Parts: sequence; structure tokens; C-alpha cells
Amino acid sequence: MAFFLETLMGGLMTGMLYALVALGFVLIFKASGVFNFAQGAMVLFAALAMARFSQWLPQWFGFESRILANVLAFMVAGVLMFAVAWLIERLVLRHLVNQEGATLLMATLGITYFLDGAGQTMFGSSIYKIDIGMPKEPIFVMESTFQGGILINKEDLISAAIAAALVALLTLFFQKTSTGRALRAVADDHQAAQSIGIPLNRIWVIVWCVAGVVALVAGMIWGSKLGVQFSLATVALRALPVVILGGLTSVPGAIVGGLIIGVGEKLSEVYLGPMVGGGIEIWFAYVLALVFLLFRPQGLFGEKIIDRV
Amino acid sequence: MFYRENGQFKTSYRKDMQIFPVVQDRWVIGALVLAAAVLVPMLASDYLLKAILLPFLILAIAAIGVNILVGYCGQISLGSGAFMAVGAYAAYNFLVRVEGLPLIVTLLLGGVCAAAVGILFGIPSLRVRGLYLAVATLAAQFVCDWAFLRIKWFTNHSTSGSVSVGQLNVFGWNVDTPADRYLLCLGFAIVFALLAKNLVRSAIGREWMAIRDMDVAATVIGIRPMYAKLTAFAVSSFIVGVAGALWAFVFLGSWEPAAFSVDRSFQLLFMVIIGGLGSIMGCFMGAAFIVVLPIFLNQFLPWMGSVVNMEISTAAVAHTEIMIFGALIVWFLIVEPHGLARLWSVGKQKLRLWPFPH
Repeated sequence: MAFFLETLMGGLMTGMLYALVALGFVLIFKASGVFNFAQGAMVLFAALAMARFSQWLPQWFGFESRILANVLAFMVAGVLMFAVAWLIERLVLRHLVNQEGATLLMATLGITYFLDGAGQTMFGSSIYKIDIGMPKEPIFVMESTFQGGILINKEDLISAAIAAALVALLTLFFQKTSTGRALRAVADDHQAAQSIGIPLNRIWVIVWCVAGVVALVAGMIWGSKLGVQFSLATVALRALPVVILGGLTSVPGAIVGGLIIGVGEKLSEVYLGPMVGGGIEIWFAYVLALVFLLFRPQGLFGEKIIDRV
Repeated sequence: MFYRENGQFKTSYRKDMQIFPVVQDRWVIGALVLAAAVLVPMLASDYLLKAILLPFLILAIAAIGVNILVGYCGQISLGSGAFMAVGAYAAYNFLVRVEGLPLIVTLLLGGVCAAAVGILFGIPSLRVRGLYLAVATLAAQFVCDWAFLRIKWFTNHSTSGSVSVGQLNVFGWNVDTPADRYLLCLGFAIVFALLAKNLVRSAIGREWMAIRDMDVAATVIGIRPMYAKLTAFAVSSFIVGVAGALWAFVFLGSWEPAAFSVDRSFQLLFMVIIGGLGSIMGCFMGAAFIVVLPIFLNQFLPWMGSVVNMEISTAAVAHTEIMIFGALIVWFLIVEPHGLARLWSVGKQKLRLWPFPH
């Protein structure tokens, strides 16, 4: 039982991190109808920037403080992500309005290649570390109930908390600020939003910026967990089942979907994996999402798809 | 002036419905095929045949398969790499386990297995649509990647996980030299292009297009969506599977699952989109573009570096290469979202009116 709970907790926390990446997909799809395959590349790009600047800045300006370096690097990387977002909107999306979904998808794939190449050209392609002072030692809880207690990774706990805080912050931003209201209006209906004077282009830039920041936070957490390297870009592929499970248009869906996929993945790997040879994590998530889709084709919380002839 | 159909009267429906109704088209295509079959093997160097023309032909076949599904039936699929893998490994297993099976039959049986897997992974398309389906088809990719890596039976218990085929022999013809391999693939390409062209002109092709344009409306006028979608998946995966078997047998010789990774799926989709959705001719153009571009960049960048007297490391070249590749694709999608096939037809229209455009 204790082992089961341990796996469950591990799954929930990984799930939270998946949700973080999935959030980036959902934000952009909701606002502009673009399925942004480049989210993974953005995570990698942001993480690379963060890792390198936290190394470079102390060298350039000659200070020692770790915290200051991290904070500054985070800000510089954030600015860089804003620039990327602005450029993507300006150079790519603006010219592709009203194109088919497949064309847009391919365009974001092109952006993926570009960002992968650009990131590694600018920041180098070895493995880097992000050290934001995450505690590595595990803690034990519920020692009175189970013998030996349940082992929980403190690092995971903190990252899950950061992810949750970010989600809360985003919800506040969407619900309470006027920009957030404008964003929701655009998500609802492009034409109606435009006709009451909401500038579509600016909203798109803002959404991509927000997605960039989400990518930065995701890249920071994943990067400090796994090290910053090219394989970080594949995190996006692991977050895709989360997005379709939760529904492409739903922020809560991304979180619930993330938790379901995280738990499902871990439990399947532990209990089902040994029977079939292991390594089933990655496709199990997809098959799980597919099973859900067969019952709800729009995902758990997605908008109902209505057919009109 | 030369490209004009004036005076070419059709006196029967049969003649009116042929693939190339304009006489000049027939001549040009005939000359092209003849040149590809006779002149190219004689003149082209081994490098050109092996590194450019062979992958071009095989990927063009695969692109035809993907185009049937994505361009004609409107079901976006990101799992084509998986169907290639199924074709390759199924053909390999037939080769190893069944004695004395002719090579052509082996390759086609690989395609049949891929078609079966394609139908299986096509089932969600009955419920799920659009981008949800695109992501759902990725499931095929990851399941196949995993299966061919972990289930040892598929790779005939080879210890390294990579498998290889020996001498290829087509009814007594030893396919050794690059020219032979090229001719074999050319044969397949011509047959499949004709097959696909005729399929999409037939009743089933029209059903696919009706489903693509609006599936509810298609259902209302009496098209069975299940039949149409699943046949599209089957035909598409069959062609993609045969292409996969060719890729493994003729081009690679020995391979491991990484040869058919998710990047291959993306590459095929790129070919179809850049070539033009819903165009068989476009598949060849898209394949040529995607195959030649990286090779060109690979040669061109170091040359550029030497011109401006700058030493570029191989890593930098590789990164700049994918950067330029990505940027070019985005640029291309912006200037011509309907693909090379559209450019081709615009060019033909211009040629028809030349030199008096009004």
C-alpha cells in the first residue's frame, strides 16, 4: 500500500509538470487556433537561455551571489522569450491567418526546427545545469500509518507547488485583468472580439508571451531536474496526450489531464511494465488518451464539437 | 504557342477522362519517364543515384501514401513513420521466416501488414477529428517504436537490435549496383503513382474527397464514413508500408527502429504539404524539395564559410542547417500555402496563354 501511494504521489507530481507544458499548448490554441508544436522547442530555448545566462552574467559583471544570478537570468530569458513571441507573431502567424489547421501545424513545426537550431547555435549544445537551489534530499511522510513512511522527493514537491502557483496566477490574470478579459473574448470568437475593438494582433503577441513565460518556468523546473539538453524538447511530445485528454481548449483540462497522465504513466510502468518488457511509459500515455477520446472526442473538458452542414 | 490543346477533339468519354487529356502533357510525361528509366541510370554518378535519387523515389512513394490520407481524405496523420516501420519489419520477417518467397511478394506483404495496422490505428478517426486525430495517430508511432525495440521476435532475436538483409534478388535479377536499385524503386514509384492517380479519380477517391470537404454532408448524401475513412487508412498505409520496406531493403540494407522515428513522420507530412495537398504530382515535387534541401545546405554552408574566410565547425553547420531548413519551410508556407503543385498549375496556365495572356 505504501509503495502504491508512493508511486501515486510520484505520478501526481510528474503530472503537474506535464500540465505545465500542456498549459502552453492550450493557451495558444485557445486564443489563436494554432496548435503550437513549437512549445517543446520554446521550453528548450528558454531553459538554454536561463542556464547559460545564469553562468554568463556573474562572469560579465563580476558578482558571486547565486540567487542574484538566477533572478537576473530568469529576467533576461523572459525578455528573450517575449522577443521570440513577438517575432513569431510578426513574421509568421500574421501572414498565415485563415490558413488550414494542417498548414499552421506545419508552420509551427518549421518554427520548432528554427528554434532548436537557433538555441543551440547561440547557447551551445552540451548539457548544462540550472541550479536554482532545489533541495535534493527526500522526505518521509505518514510514518505513523505505514512502516518506514512514504518517500517523497522534496524537489518534486516544490516544482509541483511552483506549477500550481503559476496556474493560480494565470487564472487570476485571465479572470481579473482587462487584458485577461480581452484574451477570453478572443478565445471565444475572433470576429466578435474584433468588432468590439479588441486588437487581435496585440492579443496574439500577449498570448505567445504568456506561453513563452510558461515555457520558461517549465524549462527551468525540468532543466533543474534533468539537466538542460536537447532531449528537453521531447517533453512536448510527452505533454501532447495531456492536451488532447484534457481538451485543447480548457486550462483546467490541461491540469486534470496532466495529473491523470502522470499517474497513469507511473502506475503502468510499475505494475504493467515488467510484464511486457518495460519502457511503456511513453506510449501508454497516448493509448490512455486515445481511450478517453473514444468516449469524449473533444477531450474531458474541451468545447463540444458541433457539426453544421 | 506550343502548349495548347486547340484542335484536340475528344470523341468518346473514355478519351475525355484519360489521365493526361492534353497531348503535350502525355509527351512530356512519357519523355520524362523514358529519360528517368534509360538516360539517368546511364549518366548519373553512383553518388547521385545512391544519396539523392534513391531516397527521393522511395520517399515520394511514401508521400503518395500520406497524401491519399491527408490530402484526399483529410485525416491528418502523424504516424506515417510507424507504418513505414511496420512495412519494413513485416517484410523482414517474411524474408527470414518464409523460405523462397520472391522479393516483390515480400515487399508487398510488408505493405499488407502495414495496411492492417493502419486500419487498427484508423479506427479512432471514426470518432476523433482534426488535431485530436493528429495527436492520436502519434500513438501508432510510439507503440511501433516501442514494439520493434523491445519485442525481440520482430527483430528475429538479433542481439544488437538492428537487422539487415543480404542479397536482393528479383526473379533472377540481382539488385546490386545503385543503378539496379534505382530502377527497382523507379518501377515501384511509377506503378504506385499510376495506381494512386487512378484510385483518386474513381468512385472511392471521390468518396474520400467528399469526406475531406465535409464529412457530415458526405454522410447525408449516402457515403459511409467508416468505409471511406478506413479504406483511406488501409490504402495509404499499404503504400507507405511498401515504401518503408523499400527504404529498409533497398536504401538502408541494415536498420534499427530509429530509422522510422517520429521525425520521419514529420518529414513525410512536410513533403505532402510543401508538394501540395491532394496532388500526386506534388508528392514528387515535395519529396524532391525535402530530400535535396538538406543535402544542398550541407554542401553550401561550408562553401559559404570558405568564401567569407570563416571556419565553421560541423556542429555549427548542423545547427545552422536545421535553422535555415525551418525558416525556409515557414517562408514557403507563407508565400505558397497550397504547395508546389499550385505553382505548377499556375505555370501551366501561363504557358497555355503565352504569348498573348489576354
